[in-house]
Amino acid sequence: MQPFTREQMARKAADDIPEGWCVNLGIGIPTMVANQVPPEREVIFQSENGVIGMGPAPAKGEEDPWLINAGKQPITLVKGAAFVGHADSFAMIRGGHIDLCVLGAFEVAENGDLANWATSVNDTAPAVGGAMDLAAGAKRLWVLMEHTTKDGRPKIVERCSYPLTGLRCVNRVYTNLAVLDVVPGQGFVVREMAPGVDFETLQARSGARLHRPS
Amino acid sequence: MINKIVQSIAEALSGIKDGSTVLIGGFGSVGQPDALIEGLIEQGAKDLVAVLNNAGVGRVGVARLMELGRVRKIVCSFPRSSDPVVFETLYRAGKIELEIVPQGTLAERIRAGGAGIPAFFTPTAAGTLLGQGKEVREFNGRPHVLETAIKGDVALIEAWEADRWGNLVYRGSGANFNPVMATAAELTVAQVQHIRELGELHPHMIGTPGVYVDRVVQVDRGAPWV
Repeated sequence: MQPFTREQMARKAADDIPEGWCVNLGIGIPTMVANQVPPEREVIFQSENGVIGMGPAPAKGEEDPWLINAGKQPITLVKGAAFVGHADSFAMIRGGHIDLCVLGAFEVAENGDLANWATSVNDTAPAVGGAMDLAAGAKRLWVLMEHTTKDGRPKIVERCSYPLTGLRCVNRVYTNLAVLDVVPGQGFVVREMAPGVDFETLQARSGARLHRPS
Repeated sequence: MINKIVQSIAEALSGIKDGSTVLIGGFGSVGQPDALIEGLIEQGAKDLVAVLNNAGVGRVGVARLMELGRVRKIVCSFPRSSDPVVFETLYRAGKIELEIVPQGTLAERIRAGGAGIPAFFTPTAAGTLLGQGKEVREFNGRPHVLETAIKGDVALIEAWEADRWGNLVYRGSGANFNPVMATAAELTVAQVQHIRELGELHPHMIGTPGVYVDRVVQVDRGAPWV
């Protein structure tokens, strides 16, 4: 088995983003997607803190301290960038103006439910950030995540056991083992598998019924 | 002659009462009114309700204000940070109340507070833990939760430059929560790095019209982080 690396997962998602889309990337693995989009394909990256037109990470020593993304990391701007305040940024998100948001997840259910903001371990304070607004408002939501947890527990599930971020909102999942579409009425449909991964193995590591493409 | 410029942080924060709801601008350290927060620590008001996106880092600023026991409750979307030690300790000990609000809902509740909208319905959080206990209504076949406006007694704002009318210009991603919070408090206090002559700030650059701002104090804050 040759599971996809994080860069490869990000690259696959990036390859599926056409020019002209306005895209929000969640913190974690999803931020890698921006670097995988070829620079000549003009994709508008929006950051929830009010930056529209995020560019690549700056070279070390060239950071502008006033330019950060949702993960508080330094960014640059592309030509055509604009700033808005927080209420306007989330109006953009909630009002359906973001073509795609890419988030990490703890679990994705076969009906598209997403759990990515809280686990049952209640040791630190809960924190949600912009995830629920993105889940409610983005036109499309793709998840980038490992196929199972470190202990081998499936993250592709029938029903989420962790607290939900959004209901029936996930359209596609890119994992280290496969790319899966979430099809309403059907569930997970396998688009692609990593080299050396066969359908039975993939099914064994998933907690919901997988379908082959028709 | 309208002149909102005050000469000291103490003057900027004078009169803030115990029990105040304080809106604090910033997303991480960018746009955070550090000098006003330090000034609030000096000023002594306690039993505060702090409304802000994050819950402080390390033992400085808002974290220090909480550590000193001056904050009764925080309303925020993301109390985690690289070093949230103060908040987590207080939270686990039951010494601080927390209201978690999705970030967009937080921004919109504050916007509504400044805009005369007492409550609104949003699809965010419907069907989740954060929508529980709230009134739900269906619009366009989708459930929406009822959220109420947030208004502050005080808003602490950080901006790049201002004039004597209180017009504010922001820099980079330093606007974030500042513009919306500036509209939603009885007393809006802004710390800025540059004071310009009236007329120097071009109308199309102004992020917050001075109508919303009560006091402006100049502070050489420098870069939000290095």
